[in-house]
Amino acid sequence: MHAVEATALKKSFGPTDALRGVDLVVPEGSVVGLLGPNGAGKTTVVRVLTTLLQPDGGTAFVDGIDVLAEPAKVRARIGLTGQYAAVEERLTGRENLVLIGRHFHMPVPEARRRAAELLERFDLVDAADRIAKGYSGGMRRRLDIAMSLIARPSVLFLDEPTTGLDPRSRLAMWDLIEELEHDGTTTLLTTQYLEEADRLADTIVVIDAGVVIAEGTADELKDRIGGDRIRVSIARAENVEKATTALSPLATGPIDISPSRVTLTAPIRTGGGVVPGAIRALDENGVDVVDVEVRRPTLDDVFLALTGKVTDTDPTPNLQEVREQ
Amino acid sequence: MSTTTTTVSAATSSTSTRHAVPTGPVWIVRDAWTEALRHLRIIPRNIELLIFATVQPIMFVVLFVYVFGGSIEVPGFDSYNQYLLPGIFAQSVVFGSAFTGVGLAEDLQKGLIDRLRSLPMAQSAVVVGRTISDLCRNMLTFSVMLVVALAIGFRFEGTMLEAGAATLLLLLFSYALSWVQALMGLSVKSVEAANSAGFIWMFPLTFVSSAFVDPATMPDWLEPIADANPFTVVTNAARSLYNGLPVGNDVWLSLAWSVGIIAVFSTLSIRKFKRATAA
Repeated sequence: MHAVEATALKKSFGPTDALRGVDLVVPEGSVVGLLGPNGAGKTTVVRVLTTLLQPDGGTAFVDGIDVLAEPAKVRARIGLTGQYAAVEERLTGRENLVLIGRHFHMPVPEARRRAAELLERFDLVDAADRIAKGYSGGMRRRLDIAMSLIARPSVLFLDEPTTGLDPRSRLAMWDLIEELEHDGTTTLLTTQYLEEADRLADTIVVIDAGVVIAEGTADELKDRIGGDRIRVSIARAENVEKATTALSPLATGPIDISPSRVTLTAPIRTGGGVVPGAIRALDENGVDVVDVEVRRPTLDDVFLALTGKVTDTDPTPNLQEVREQ
Repeated sequence: MSTTTTTVSAATSSTSTRHAVPTGPVWIVRDAWTEALRHLRIIPRNIELLIFATVQPIMFVVLFVYVFGGSIEVPGFDSYNQYLLPGIFAQSVVFGSAFTGVGLAEDLQKGLIDRLRSLPMAQSAVVVGRTISDLCRNMLTFSVMLVVALAIGFRFEGTMLEAGAATLLLLLFSYALSWVQALMGLSVKSVEAANSAGFIWMFPLTFVSSAFVDPATMPDWLEPIADANPFTVVTNAARSLYNGLPVGNDVWLSLAWSVGIIAVFSTLSIRKFKRATAA
């Protein structure tokens, strides 16, 4: 039995098909990253699995319990951290935690004890008795996740946990999620950032326009589009034609030329001898080389190859949402 | 269902009590009270809101009594105060119900609603808890207003029991309107909309009534509307009880209105809540 098993989930909102038959499995103790651009259906999947939305078709089980038949039982086993930091701003951090504990029907002393543990764990002890309204963006997210964990859920759902965080808070959040992974917290994480999925998820499920288009570990996905990439920077843009000629015999696919016409990227066969060969060929064609780099394909390359679309490679935080103390 | 339960308990035997979901009426009440406490806890902290909430009814009492008090006479009442003040009490508690819609709209807009809906509590608890906390707040406001009214010469002409019954009728009616507000708060798209939508109909409801003047003095077309207004029925019932006058059917009619409104609008609001999504 897996912690989450969803089969053929379908959901339409009026004329829009948000989910067109999504299958998803989250094995116990693992972190699955649901990766896709805005509007791909990631949040809809999470909302169905957390009982917030009725699907039009398909089945979903959390911890072996049918989400559609017994939503109340499912709710007792999950923790949800949505895209908005869902904290009660008018209460203190500690009160927020106790409130959620009480809603999980913990006795007051147990809820208080658990709240104290989590405040310690999430580095919120100093702010514990301050009103959450004054918390920074990162603190709110930490409190939000702590609230999701109060009843030790079987599955933690993190819907875009770093959206809207500044770079420093994002890194701190990644460390935190890695620690949770280390403790064996089963997690379904959605993200539109390839870098984030690559770093945090054991398995990545790529979703686009309501369907799963690829699935596997980051390495498997990178292997799927085959081979490494060579990137050559040349000194003068006018030599770009010569450089293309020089690289053509080595390339296993089309050569991509940057708009500045000084960087060329091409897929190459994996194995040794490519770099010396490239440098020699460029030299013979009279091209001055500034830099040569061979790298494995990134998830950006994977996403581009799978969907034909370029994604947001840099998780740029929305600075307006970030509040520092 | 029995097969599912067996599989689950086998797989998560150590955690089966941890994920228990208690059900039944006692837990619905307890869940609702936990939610009510979320709001009540804040009242003593928000001094500004507390001052505003008590100043408003005091202002209403003082303004109406001293501005209109001298110029309006109502047959059957020695002083306009004895006629007017029960109307002001009724209007204030009815206005107080608007907090319910605004509060729910806030939870919706802040995304808190998703979290609340994903918790293993009774689904009705969020809305029931909100209406209960607003009732408590209204009781507080009412007490302040009553003290001010007594200080400026208002008297219970009937028994204390009648005065108590009048107060309960008014609070019950405000609780009923809290459910109307709940439905509106859950239906609109923003807190601002909830605020306007919540207040706009309060003015015709409370003014086209017997709260401030005898409906017999209104134009012919308006008088029957004022007479049929449930707010008139409740105000008349409370007024008669406070003044020790015969109440006729007004008490029963008020109860019927309040219970009817609660029955209809609580059903609609709770259904709406279950389908609500974060804005």
